[in-house]
Amino acid sequence: MAVQPASAAAPKKGFLGWLDKRLPVTEFIESQLTGYYAPKNFNFWYFFGFIALAVLVMQLLTGIFLTMFYKPGDTTSFESVEYIMREVDFGWLIRYMHSTGASAFFVVVYLHMFRAFLYGSYKAPRELLWIIGMLVYLALMAEAFMGYVLPWGNMSFWGAQVIVNLFGTIPVIGPGLVEWIRGDYAIADATLNRFFALHVVAVPLILLALVGLHLVALRRTGSNNPDGIEIKAKVGPDGHPIDGIPFHPYYTVKDTVGIAAFLVIFAIVVFYAPTFGGLFLESANFGPADPVSTPPDITPVWYFTPFYAILRAIPDQRLGALAMLLAIVAFFLLPWLDRSPVRSIRYKGWIAKVALGVFAISFVGLGFMGMRPPEGIYVVLGRTFGALYFLFWIGMPWWSRWDSPKPVPERVVYHAH
Amino acid sequence: MAESMVVANDDVDLSRRKFLTSATIGVGAVGAVLAAVPFVASWQPSERAKALGVPTDFDLSKLDPGQMAIILWRKQPIYVVRRTPEMVASLKGHDDQLKDPSSKDSEQPDYAKNDIRARKPEILVLIGICTHLGCLPKQHFAAGDPELGATWPGGYLCPCHGSRFDLAGRVFDGSPASVNLRIPPYSFPNENRLIVGVDEKGEA
Repeated sequence: MAVQPASAAAPKKGFLGWLDKRLPVTEFIESQLTGYYAPKNFNFWYFFGFIALAVLVMQLLTGIFLTMFYKPGDTTSFESVEYIMREVDFGWLIRYMHSTGASAFFVVVYLHMFRAFLYGSYKAPRELLWIIGMLVYLALMAEAFMGYVLPWGNMSFWGAQVIVNLFGTIPVIGPGLVEWIRGDYAIADATLNRFFALHVVAVPLILLALVGLHLVALRRTGSNNPDGIEIKAKVGPDGHPIDGIPFHPYYTVKDTVGIAAFLVIFAIVVFYAPTFGGLFLESANFGPADPVSTPPDITPVWYFTPFYAILRAIPDQRLGALAMLLAIVAFFLLPWLDRSPVRSIRYKGWIAKVALGVFAISFVGLGFMGMRPPEGIYVVLGRTFGALYFLFWIGMPWWSRWDSPKPVPERVVYHAH
Repeated sequence: MAESMVVANDDVDLSRRKFLTSATIGVGAVGAVLAAVPFVASWQPSERAKALGVPTDFDLSKLDPGQMAIILWRKQPIYVVRRTPEMVASLKGHDDQLKDPSSKDSEQPDYAKNDIRARKPEILVLIGICTHLGCLPKQHFAAGDPELGATWPGGYLCPCHGSRFDLAGRVFDGSPASVNLRIPPYSFPNENRLIVGVDEKGEA
């Protein structure tokens, strides 16, 4: 590679030189982009981090514009969303971008997380990177939940009712805590307004801070890759990893292609299927909130349904809520549960491959069951998938050791194009 | 950075410095907690919300036997049912299928802590919020409702997570809800008037 090490670069002249003396512009670009070496064998799974960042920017932009027209309040919210949809020029587009963007965010984040499962990107020394990523995921869940309450449709109201009441299952402090969260004896105007403040100001700030930390931690450990080996172990004469290439221009250009492909799909959904058959925007939410009429079937938006199915699978409210909590907490423990000596699925044995397959199927299966009414075969299937899901996690310290991995190569597997 | 080098100086009383540092941190932490109080307290129901939570009146003469009305008290739906003698009779005989047949673990005023969970057998008053996660349980008053099986005595089914309750709001085994439907304080100033939210003990 003909790229010079950062230290050898001569001081810039002109305006950039003037700027560099006052603000480390060149230094920052070098340390973060042109001098940050990423493995050269990234495949398409490595698009999703960059796409997630793009979606975050889009959500911030569309969200800022929506707040210019939206009026939080139990008598104004629903109407102002209708106003945005029907009377604000291109209001429908901005809102559909925002609502589709929420679902797109979760699609991209789930794929990004599955990539980490595939290639062991959570294993040492990237445990903290993984945990910060999980915190991003939690903040995203809070953000999405509160955002869904804001249109004050009937599903907004009842979704809020169910989720807020989950806190009521905490022993002793539960009921008082629920009243404190709601700020009233029921989900009401007070609840809506504080959710608005949290959705628009507090959680986005937390989200941005966490994403920043996620990137800083990534710069410290460097990216993992599909072979799951450390490229830093093989350094060339220039001091850079032999199997690494600068993030800019190589991956900025590659990721631009990923963004373009993503935007094509995104635009098709926004223009032709913004409700996505009731999956992204549920039909019950096209009627205003009604505290005396529960929708025939309360289901959360698709990205929460796997955890919702676990909640429903257990016929006891405290145990159900606890199981749901554990289903999320398990992800945080992943770096320590996986005892396999290798990172990547490419060099793991059949046990790990079967286990990951079972996990993926049970997670998606739970997602489907969470959208079905809690009766008959759906209950049985929900419990089966739930059991498989927890078996994957609880058994991991054992099955990951029983597995017999293949030898790992010295250098990344890469064929020049 | 520069300070830590100065510490080597013999004149510095390290234990004094340590004490002052921890005292400052300690007092600062207490101050921070106290400063958080107004912010945390601001989330409690406001004076206006409390004022709007006054008792609710209902004219029982509007309610025919076997019918249910939904009224609002503190923005919560209250189910008022005029139970027929058959409905009251249906409460017997399935105690062994209930999680809390005598309402020991459930929330209700003492006068409703009985087999019929009411002050008068014919009038049932319930908070119509599922004790599982807060949906509205739906009426399935007919015994042997096809959706719920031939042994169904009549009662409520929650559409969200499938909790089942009998005609006194008592929860059946196998439901995700763990306790019976809650009962608010209520009283009858005269034959045809129900007030929810107030009883002999005063306002809730």
